[in-house]
Amino acid sequence: MPPVISIAGLSKTYGTGFAALKNVDLEIRKGEILALLGPNGAGKTTLISIVCGLVRPSAGTVTVDGHDIISAFRATRALIGLVPQELTTDAFETVWATVKLSRGLFGKRRDDGFLEKLLKVLSLWDKKDTRMMHLSGGMKRRVMIAKALSHEPEILFLDEPTAGVDVELRQDMWALVRGLRERGVTIILTTHYIEEAEEMADRIGVINKGELILVQDKAELMASLGKKQLTLLLAEPLAAVPEALSRHKLDLTEDGLSLVYTYETHGERTGITSLLQDVNAASVRFRDLVTDNSSLEEIFVSLVTERA
Amino acid sequence: MNLPAVRAIYLFEMSRTFRTLLQSVVSPVISTSLYFVVFGAAIGSRMTAIDGVDYGAFIVPGLMMLTLLTQSIANASFGIYFPQFTGTIYEILSAPISVVEIVLGYVGAAATKSFVLGLIILLTAAFFVDLRIEHPLVMALFLVLTCVTFSMFGFLIGIWADNFEKLQLVPLLIVTPLAFLGGSFYSIDMLPPLWRTVTLFNPVVYLISGFRWSFYGTSDVDIWVSLGATVGFMFVCAFAIWWIFKTGWRLKP
Repeated sequence: MPPVISIAGLSKTYGTGFAALKNVDLEIRKGEILALLGPNGAGKTTLISIVCGLVRPSAGTVTVDGHDIISAFRATRALIGLVPQELTTDAFETVWATVKLSRGLFGKRRDDGFLEKLLKVLSLWDKKDTRMMHLSGGMKRRVMIAKALSHEPEILFLDEPTAGVDVELRQDMWALVRGLRERGVTIILTTHYIEEAEEMADRIGVINKGELILVQDKAELMASLGKKQLTLLLAEPLAAVPEALSRHKLDLTEDGLSLVYTYETHGERTGITSLLQDVNAASVRFRDLVTDNSSLEEIFVSLVTERA
Repeated sequence: MNLPAVRAIYLFEMSRTFRTLLQSVVSPVISTSLYFVVFGAAIGSRMTAIDGVDYGAFIVPGLMMLTLLTQSIANASFGIYFPQFTGTIYEILSAPISVVEIVLGYVGAAATKSFVLGLIILLTAAFFVDLRIEHPLVMALFLVLTCVTFSMFGFLIGIWADNFEKLQLVPLLIVTPLAFLGGSFYSIDMLPPLWRTVTLFNPVVYLISGFRWSFYGTSDVDIWVSLGATVGFMFVCAFAIWWIFKTGWRLKP
């Protein structure tokens, strides 16, 4: 499937001399959910802002659906909806007025029926005549999403969409994003919540210090970089790892009641069989064993610290 | 042309006027009426006619210009400054809109408000003084040109300003003094030769003079010079706006 967004050699150096993006290449597939992870100041928002036309690139090209974002800005911007990180709203305007403005700005004819449906989906319909300044933070966040969706975009950028929102709203947003994906909308989200990326994304991109470290299918990433842990819950506490088990690189928990064995999931031999044989030979008795996958968060931290 | 966008911005801005009717319309009408009462009725009755025009009637074009200049600038500068201040300008900048369409929406709305305000002040003036308009078409042309030009100027100030103080700086410290010293309340022929020459460097003189000509057929400077100066300033503003959007100055890092 051809990419809906192609980014090639994209760099951005601000007037202060800060290089926010360094030669980034990225292709985003139509209909996928791509999560961009990265610490604060990594360049995620700059990347999104360039594609949306809010920041001018220093070098490189970006095409959206085959159109250049600068020479054919009308064609590209009409396809994109943006939910920015900051809760920027017209305090004195009503929800209805501000959403109607958004639809008009993107060249769409007035369609009150569509906007009504949208506000109902986002549980905003009963607030349509409320001024923005009287809404809670969560409600404002919903309005920001309504504004971004008001012109029926084919690509949606969500910049930290669930930052500071409660669990209920976060679940609602995830459901909404899934619904949009089912309708073929391409979604690019940046997030600090790794669980969000883990839950939602088809692919993960990791940005650090302006460089795109990797972009990979989530499942592949988890498989190739993931580690598993086997924990033996001991019947009796140990003071130290027995000498007979020293070759297995085991960790003993502080209470001496668990032996933790970490192994690579993509390795040809996990070493579990020989470990269990040695445990038996050393007469170490265990009452249970559990295995645990490393989370995306651990993968992310290891990637970022590796390159720091 | 993204006409729905122009319409959306225009209607959004106009709705702000209706929401703030007291501040947008009633306030300037009251202050202008006070000028008419003080300068027209109270002091004007003791003044001699200027160029054959009663003093009360003489100051009408100048007072209208004074209000139009300040209101055009205030409307347009606030219209674009507020989205910058709140951050909602991201939506304008990420929408498929050209600079011409943005200007048509914002400047169009600001100029419309000023134009309507000018007509209301004209009607108000008719209650206080005997008005005659010798060249109504030229009067309408000057009215439109002034509203559009100074709304563009206000739009520039709104982009330039990065705080509320700066937003007030140019209208209060530059435009209002220039309007007062530009012949709103007197003919520049009444000044000593030196000050008359100095006054000719004040661009507002040409506006007021031309506008007054459309009312009474008399002016301080030639009508074509007035018209040329106004149109010239409009093009300077248009070029500055085009440059800002081309370079992203103050708008896009």
